[in-house]
Amino acid sequence: MTRFAMVIDTRTCIGCGDCVVACKTENKVPAGLNRDWIVEATSGTYPNLKTEFRSERCNHCSNPTCVTLCPTGASHLWQDSNIVLVDADKCTGCKACIAACPYDARLVMHPDGYVDKCTFCHHRVEKGLDPACVSSCPTRCMHFGDLDDPGSEVSRLLATRSWKVLSPETGNEPNVYYLT
Amino acid sequence: MKRREFIRVSSLLGAGAAVAPSFMLSGCAAKPLPGSGAVTSTPTVCDMCFWKCAGHVYRENGEIWKITGNPDDLHSGGRLCTRGTGGPGAYLDPDRLKQPLMRVTDADGRQRFQEVTWDVALDFIADKMRGIAETVGPERMLMLHHGSGSRHFVHLLRAYGSNSRAEPAFAQCRGPRDVGFRLTVGESVSSPERTDMANARCIVFLGCHIGENLHNAQVQTMAEAINRNATLITVDPRFSVPAGKSQYWLPIKPGTDMALLLSWMNVLIDEGLCDQDYIERYTVGFEQLAAHVRPYTPEWVYLETGIKPDVIRETAREMAKAAPATVVHPGRHATWYGDDTQRSRAVAILNALLGSWNRKGGFYIPESVDLPEYPLPDYPTPKAQTADAYPGKWPFASQGVTNGAIEASIGEDAFFKGWLVYGTNLPQSVPNVEEKLKAAANTLDLLVVVETMPSEMTGYADVILPECTYLERYDDLRNSGEREPSLALRMPAFEPRYDSKPGWWIAKQLGSRLGLDEYFPWQDYSEKLDWQLKQVGSSLEEMQRIGVKNFPRQSPLYFRPGERVQFRTPSRKIELYSKQLADQGFDPMPVYTPPDPVPNGYYRLNYGRMPAHTFGKTTNNPLLFELTPENQLWVNPLVASQWSLSSGDYVRLASPAGAISNPVRVRVTERIGPDSVFMAHGFGHKSKRLRLTAGVGADDAGLMSNIKIDPLMGGTGMRANFVTFVQQRAKSS
Repeated sequence: MTRFAMVIDTRTCIGCGDCVVACKTENKVPAGLNRDWIVEATSGTYPNLKTEFRSERCNHCSNPTCVTLCPTGASHLWQDSNIVLVDADKCTGCKACIAACPYDARLVMHPDGYVDKCTFCHHRVEKGLDPACVSSCPTRCMHFGDLDDPGSEVSRLLATRSWKVLSPETGNEPNVYYLT
Repeated sequence: MKRREFIRVSSLLGAGAAVAPSFMLSGCAAKPLPGSGAVTSTPTVCDMCFWKCAGHVYRENGEIWKITGNPDDLHSGGRLCTRGTGGPGAYLDPDRLKQPLMRVTDADGRQRFQEVTWDVALDFIADKMRGIAETVGPERMLMLHHGSGSRHFVHLLRAYGSNSRAEPAFAQCRGPRDVGFRLTVGESVSSPERTDMANARCIVFLGCHIGENLHNAQVQTMAEAINRNATLITVDPRFSVPAGKSQYWLPIKPGTDMALLLSWMNVLIDEGLCDQDYIERYTVGFEQLAAHVRPYTPEWVYLETGIKPDVIRETAREMAKAAPATVVHPGRHATWYGDDTQRSRAVAILNALLGSWNRKGGFYIPESVDLPEYPLPDYPTPKAQTADAYPGKWPFASQGVTNGAIEASIGEDAFFKGWLVYGTNLPQSVPNVEEKLKAAANTLDLLVVVETMPSEMTGYADVILPECTYLERYDDLRNSGEREPSLALRMPAFEPRYDSKPGWWIAKQLGSRLGLDEYFPWQDYSEKLDWQLKQVGSSLEEMQRIGVKNFPRQSPLYFRPGERVQFRTPSRKIELYSKQLADQGFDPMPVYTPPDPVPNGYYRLNYGRMPAHTFGKTTNNPLLFELTPENQLWVNPLVASQWSLSSGDYVRLASPAGAISNPVRVRVTERIGPDSVFMAHGFGHKSKRLRLTAGVGADDAGLMSNIKIDPLMGGTGMRANFVTFVQQRAKSS
């Protein structure tokens, strides 16, 4: 099994939203919908402050509750990996996956009536390319690779830097990491 | 006490779900994967801002798909920014100008724009231009412009006999910086800025928010510096993006930057931290400067700036420790308080004391390609220059001064009789200008606007000429100074949509009607580019394949150790003391002037950029509008509580002169202090033909009534403005 992960460095993320626009054009996401988004979190009081920007999306969890709970089998894993995809032919739009997702990453209802979401750009990954968001990022704060390969850039970054994931308590074992 | 804000910036995600169809569908065919159709690509040079990154435009099955950076391009490092990635929105925008429009007056006296053919529009313009040339002379025709496409019209007007032009990029933006550096080191900082942040060990930002502005290579090299653990020092009253990445954030009292700069000089000299060899070799006036900055002790400056003396000393030592690999960043938008050329001089002087000008990790020496011009007849010599329109003013203005030229266009006896406006939306670019534009429009013989979008400026025009977007045209080769000399090609990826035309075609057509055919010998602009490329060993065919060609440098990137250098100043040295300023009656060394105090009940109006937009130029772009539809007004929680404001409320702002803004969405945040409010520039469009962005957000420029003119170069200082809240406010729905 390949465990694809995204590692995003909050030290250099500036919250510019290039990843959001790159995803929209690459994946032809319909107007009004987004598969990824930016969160800004500021803590402290003036002038003792800290701001963190995060580019967020589907976490392609190792324990994906959206796949487990999908009644039709539309939500599934791509090849022998953790990339969660939705088969539009099988999706009835029941939104069980939306309720099951701890990250609000499945809020996207395609106008054609199925639940759409981040695919980690598997059509690019298949060709050895990074997802569109990663390859567009002007500060190069986003990294993509196989965590099961200890020599990969993402493995090295997680081994040498401090990091966090979002909502680890859910047990979903997310695969989007934030370097802090 | 710890407070926490949590803002989903691309908030449309939730809204999108709410408007999606709620009916249940049982299965539907999946769309094919992106890129599985017939894909072709064309090189381009981005025109979403002035940075001019090179990239590739991808089409799938003939439809525009995406635009990505060209990996060989130093401007972009192969990665476009948010706006560049959003470029397809400029091409697809349904509100684009579609055909030439002419102002007509109906029988009832009401004016409107009427669609006309290109022939009608161009004949009208050529007749008027001929009339101006014959009656008062061609130099009375003024060009007001912005952007790389303006070169076609500069060429047209020079062939016609006018060298009169001005761009807001000078007197409303980087002019003071360029003049300040020229006065000091004999050269400008240029664009792209020649900062060597990629190799810097210490970077100082003064009110310069890289990361909120997305000047691409600047953002990228700042990120590299962060990755290399360079020391970042950010001076800004606001907790800007770079402030959040910095080891030192100095939340300075607005308007007191000059005092801090002088105090840093004081510390460097007092503690013997200057690069003495560099100073002796390359500068004049060190003794005068040392005496001049003696009173600006950190203790005295603390009272002005609010920055503690030990922090001033510590940050000065950090700069010296890393020198010469220290960049005291010159910024870009520099028209703040009216003493901006002098402040930019202070920045240049500080860099000189650190020995960082043209040294590794400080600034590099840019080099461009020695590209021959296409052989054409000489231009006629104009009888007057732009500055003759405002004689005796602003002796160090190295370009036309927009505000001066506009004022010289009002009235029957005005200097200028005709305007050609290209790619600049003056009502938003020049502060407090609307009444002047109306007055000028009333008396000018001709007002032509060349644009892609129905901006507010088009509303003043006699004739509007719709240019096609950068994705549909050839323009001149990009040949900006860089680390390596480099050429980049912009070429059409698509035929022009609607009845829009490339700028080169419009200029040639007008030229032909004015009897200037010999200046436009090409049938297609690609012929001119091909000729130029062949002179440097390339060709149009090669550039159509590769998009960017880098050439080997002919000269070193930095000063060599001990190199003898002739600076382009009167003394041939870096002028810490400026005799040419003294001779004209100006301060030979920068002097601190305290800012105007904030009137009771008012707040300083701080403004800036945001990553999704280039001024007001991109706010109607559907892709970028979706990412960031409006600007927000940053309000400190203490102020918010005083005025009972919450995040999400909409308020109007009022200036002391009585200007009232559009409603703007409040963002209560600790990232700004209680003496100021902040908003991004470029919103509050009034042109109803910009259907997405019209009436959305507030326009900072319209609130500016206290403009501080820089006596050296005419820049409009815009940071000395105050606003208060209009009491009656609408609650957001």
